[in-house]
Amino acid sequence: MSTNKPDPADPLRRKVINWFLGGSALALFASIVYPIARFVSPPRVPEATTNQVDAGSVNDPALVSNGYKIVRFGSEPVIVIKLSDTDVRAFSATCTHLACIVEFRKKKDDIYCNCHGGEYNLKGKNIAGPPPKPLTPFKVDLVAKSGASAKSIIVSRA
Amino acid sequence: MRERLRKIYRWFDERIALGPVREFAMHKTVPVHRYSVFYYLGGMTLFFFVVQVCTGILLMLYYRPSPNGAFESVEFLMTTVPFGWLLRSIHSWSANLMIFFAFVHMASVFFMKGYRKPRELTWITGALALFLAFAFGFSGYLLPWNQLSFFATRVGTDIAGVVPGVGHWVLRFLRGGDRITGGTLSRFYGWHVAILPALMTFFLGAHLLLVQTLGMSVPPSVEEEAAKRRPMRFFPNFAMRDLFGWTVALGVLASLAAWFPWELGVKANQFAPAPAGIRPEWYFMFMFQTLRLVPGGEIAGVEYEVIPILGFGLAALLLVLVPFLDRGVVRSGRSPLFTAVGAVGVAYIVALTAWGYHSWTPIYVVLGVAALIVLLAWATRRRDSGGEA
Repeated sequence: MSTNKPDPADPLRRKVINWFLGGSALALFASIVYPIARFVSPPRVPEATTNQVDAGSVNDPALVSNGYKIVRFGSEPVIVIKLSDTDVRAFSATCTHLACIVEFRKKKDDIYCNCHGGEYNLKGKNIAGPPPKPLTPFKVDLVAKSGASAKSIIVSRA
Repeated sequence: MRERLRKIYRWFDERIALGPVREFAMHKTVPVHRYSVFYYLGGMTLFFFVVQVCTGILLMLYYRPSPNGAFESVEFLMTTVPFGWLLRSIHSWSANLMIFFAFVHMASVFFMKGYRKPRELTWITGALALFLAFAFGFSGYLLPWNQLSFFATRVGTDIAGVVPGVGHWVLRFLRGGDRITGGTLSRFYGWHVAILPALMTFFLGAHLLLVQTLGMSVPPSVEEEAAKRRPMRFFPNFAMRDLFGWTVALGVLASLAAWFPWELGVKANQFAPAPAGIRPEWYFMFMFQTLRLVPGGEIAGVEYEVIPILGFGLAALLLVLVPFLDRGVVRSGRSPLFTAVGAVGVAYIVALTAWGYHSWTPIYVVLGVAALIVLLAWATRRRDSGGEA
């Protein structure tokens, strides 16, 4: 009998085979799970950067009757508040608590979030309720356009 | 006719051996004691789940999961499709009643210590099925794509986002991106009609199988009474009582749907402020109210709102693990600490819900349900002289 013949009952040999088998099973499992895990994580889609938007006229009916309006700043909502013809302010409209969209309360002269009752003053500072941070301010320029009777509100990043 | 049915039965029996199943059903019994009425609550929850599956499948025939089609398709369903309003209203009402009965069922099992050995897995699968029901509610809420649902999803997914570490990944995973868009709607629809039903089939299947194989748990406090009294046969006595309850439930459901049809609201606008008086479904109200009460601020770089959110997560985990935490009930059949903690938990949920609504109604509902259960216990009681076993 040849001494080179492998002994099938050799514990080391069995261990090596089990390692290979286990390793292969693990690799197979990983090769299935990894693409699925990547697939369910949405890819980051680059967006055009917005630095400035025209928020319309200071005499916009919505702005006049409610004292505010929400405008699109790229994909972000921005609240534009008109306190007088010369005092127009803009802040990010996303509540810093849990991302609801805030509104301006003319009667109480504050910015309010209906979701959890967060309150901000007219400088965007959080003054009551759960919001942890102030609203991000935006820069407002009132620009006279040729041919237009009222000035336009130009909102840009502060 | 009877002979023909017997023939059909035999035909199947020869091929798939129905004998043991029949044998099991014939001999299955339900213990009888003063708390037996609570055994109907699981079946009631199951009934509403079946209604959800049937009405949900029908609603899929008209629903279009896209930001430009979702609201319009539900509007069409409510205004033009024959009985569309009825099916949608039944789906919404049944969802709420299912969660309500799941709550009451879980509370009754908790207080009657039904989770003790060997029913740990029954408890765990049941608790996970309840969380899945919440996920069904949360994902289904967005589908009509109205203002209320849009903000509920915005807040709900943002809550997941504040969890330290994995939060941002979870938020993007749930929303299908950084914001709530048509992609979120597709995802939620996929969860609502495919992924969650698949998971629910597994957990509910396991739960029901365990209930059948292990039988009903008898609370330690009435073991003596149950041992003295003759158990009730499942077929036909218990099943007929179940069937009676489901018939009444169907009537209640249809009445609610007819008298209080579910509103559709205004189409979602991503650039409009959250509507005044916005609030989540009643079963999330206690968490919503808690979040309203937490002031703004940071401690060691962690915002205060993270604390209750992690707290609720921890409470959910502890709830699932109750069978392994409550060792006293195994030793002595009593665990007053767990009963007390459970009572405090229920009181917290009811009180914060009432506070959130600024109304006594939630407390009246709890008292009303307690009264109804007492009434049903009396109506479905079984005298031992009845000779039904």
